Amino acid sequence: MSVLVYTENWDGKFKKASFELISYGKAIAEKLGMPVYALAIGNVANDQLNLLANYGAEKIFHVKGDKVSKFIAASYTHAIAEIAKKVDAKVVLFDHNYTGRSVAPRLAVRLDAGTVSGVVALPISYAPFVVKRSVYTGKAFAEMQIDSEVKILSLMPNSFEVRENKVAASVETVDLDVADELLKAIPVRIEKIEGKIPLTEADIIVSAGRGLKGPQNWGMIEELAHILGAGTACSRPVSDEGWRGHDEHVGQTGKLVHPNLYIAIGISGAIQHLAGVNSSKVMVVVNNDPEAPFFEAAHYGIVGDAFDVVPKLIEAVKAFKSAH
Amino acid sequence: MKVLLAVSHVPDTTSKIRFVNNDSEFDKTDIQYIISPFDELVLTRLLEIKEQTNNLDITVVTVGGADVEPTIRKALAIGADDAVRVDAEAVDALFVARQIAEVYKNGQFDFVMTGKESIDFTGNQVGEMVAEFLNLPSVASAANLELNGNVATITREIDGGKEVVEVQTPFVTSGQKGIAKEPRIPNMRGIMMARKKPLSVVPAVAQGVHTKVVKFSMPQSKGACKMIPADNPAELVRLLHEEAKVL
Ligand SMILES: Cc1cc2nc3c(=O)[nH]c(=O)nc-3n(C[C@H](O)[C@H](O)[C@H](O)COP(=O)(O)OP(=O)(O)OC[C@H]3O[C@@H](n4cnc5c(N)ncnc54)[C@H](O)[C@@H]3O)c2cc1C
Ligand SMILES: Nc1ncnc2c1ncn2[C@@H]1O[C@H](COP(=O)(O)O)[C@@H](O)[C@H]1O
Repeated sequence: MSVLVYTENWDGKFKKASFELISYGKAIAEKLGMPVYALAIGNVANDQLNLLANYGAEKIFHVKGDKVSKFIAASYTHAIAEIAKKVDAKVVLFDHNYTGRSVAPRLAVRLDAGTVSGVVALPISYAPFVVKRSVYTGKAFAEMQIDSEVKILSLMPNSFEVRENKVAASVETVDLDVADELLKAIPVRIEKIEGKIPLTEADIIVSAGRGLKGPQNWGMIEELAHILGAGTACSRPVSDEGWRGHDEHVGQTGKLVHPNLYIAIGISGAIQHLAGVNSSKVMVVVNNDPEAPFFEAAHYGIVGDAFDVVPKLIEAVKAFKSAH
Repeated sequence: MKVLLAVSHVPDTTSKIRFVNNDSEFDKTDIQYIISPFDELVLTRLLEIKEQTNNLDITVVTVGGADVEPTIRKALAIGADDAVRVDAEAVDALFVARQIAEVYKNGQFDFVMTGKESIDFTGNQVGEMVAEFLNLPSVASAANLELNGNVATITREIDGGKEVVEVQTPFVTSGQKGIAKEPRIPNMRGIMMARKKPLSVVPAVAQGVHTKVVKFSMPQSKGACKMIPADNPAELVRLLHEEAKVL
């Protein structure tokens, strides 16, 4: 019996989210009295794989080869299912990112497992097994009980801290045959958005709305984001107008985000916008209208003109960064 | 070509979410229901393809009680050709997906579409589960879909970018923001015609249910917003560092 963590690599490298996920897996495994194992698919060098032992993974399974060199939901599901059966996994963990969302539900069917997506914390109890997740696009939470023997969870990014927990680990390379049947959705090319932090993994998000008047005014938003190491987001009308790309649209009909810090500039705070962002740990709002609904949802607020406040805020952050 | 589109019936986006019965149930009082926004965008894209190719039949399927029928009729009014309602409460994603997979097997469909996520359950699960039940290839989070004969070219969103995927029918794909510009709204003619379009009701098949809601809760109230003078953003930075500890 074990807890199995799917660790995603990006061109052979792991990101912080995988370390968070193993830390989370380790915490669950201790409660259940089981070891935690990690699984990586694709071409990853051994020194990267060994990093996973720093957070408690006692065994690291590495599935590689031509057939799994590109992500295909059906084939990755197959690979993960095979390893899960081999190690008698009772809990299988994913990040609630695009890959997790593609694979975890398929795996649930494969393993006849109960699955909960968008989990935000450690289980509330283990017998029965109850976890907390967000529902109604972030407007509420639900405590979900999973009754099946195998349980599959996908964890919201930024929900759990990285915990160092170094163990001696072994890496086991697995040769796995993948039937051509499972390779039918063929990835043709990837277009990366360079120089931007994906919103699903950003610790800090700087977001702006129609209050900015036009796309030409986003320079200061990008600058603020840059010095904070933040991702940039926007309200729906801003992406509908084509001022910013669709990938930046957050809210009920865009992305649900969960950063530590969300800074909203010139955004009114409509219910559909708040739905997607109000599980941020801390929210800051800058708006020239003291009646803007966002002030009711936020932790910190500045009533003022964005064109005046943001440049000053940039200076203040620069001063802070050089002092720390 | 025939497509099966799964449509979910959800509270309007302006709804204030409340719970009853010791926070174990969603409070339906005064709630208006709509087609889940991503499903509506997918329907719009399918109608565009139907108009371009003159060769697409759109069947919508919803798992739910009789109360979901106005939502199904709305999908028909927007332009779907016919509809199936699987007569059962949508208890969890696995259950719903199994029902949709059965409807697929009982028809002659070329592909299946769902929304990326429903705005009530927000699971991001049903589409991929349908694919696995049917052993079909799947492409999640499609922000663009082109159909050329039986080959679909799908641009899907991934972390940090986009990926273009090619897949032949049959397949399953879930649609998100970008797949169509603005959702279509029904016109008078559509509403009239919808009344006559076929809506069949079928019983559910048995499927084990592994998850249930024990309790709902609302986000913790944050307390009053701390206001900082506009001429002193340095104070904000100090608070974010020392008090909120996020810098
Ligand atoms: C079905 C549906 C789904 C939706 N989904 C989403 C969604 O997912 N995400 C989303 O964001 N919206 C969504 N919306 C739209 C939502 O209802 C709001 O219309 C939208 O969020 C408003 O965007 P905004 O705050 O940028 O613009 P506005 O409402 O125009 O607000 C602009 C704000 O900027 C302030 N401002 C103006 N000038 C300045 C200045 N110089 N300095 C500082 N502040 C200034 C104003 O006081 C105002 O508060 C949805 C709507 C519907 C009907
Ligand atoms: N009760 C339902 N009936 C039909 N389709 C549904 C139902 N629930 C969800 N779906 C479909 O599955 C998609 C994803 O839903 P979810 O997994 O709940 O986020 C939705 O966009 C719909 O296309």
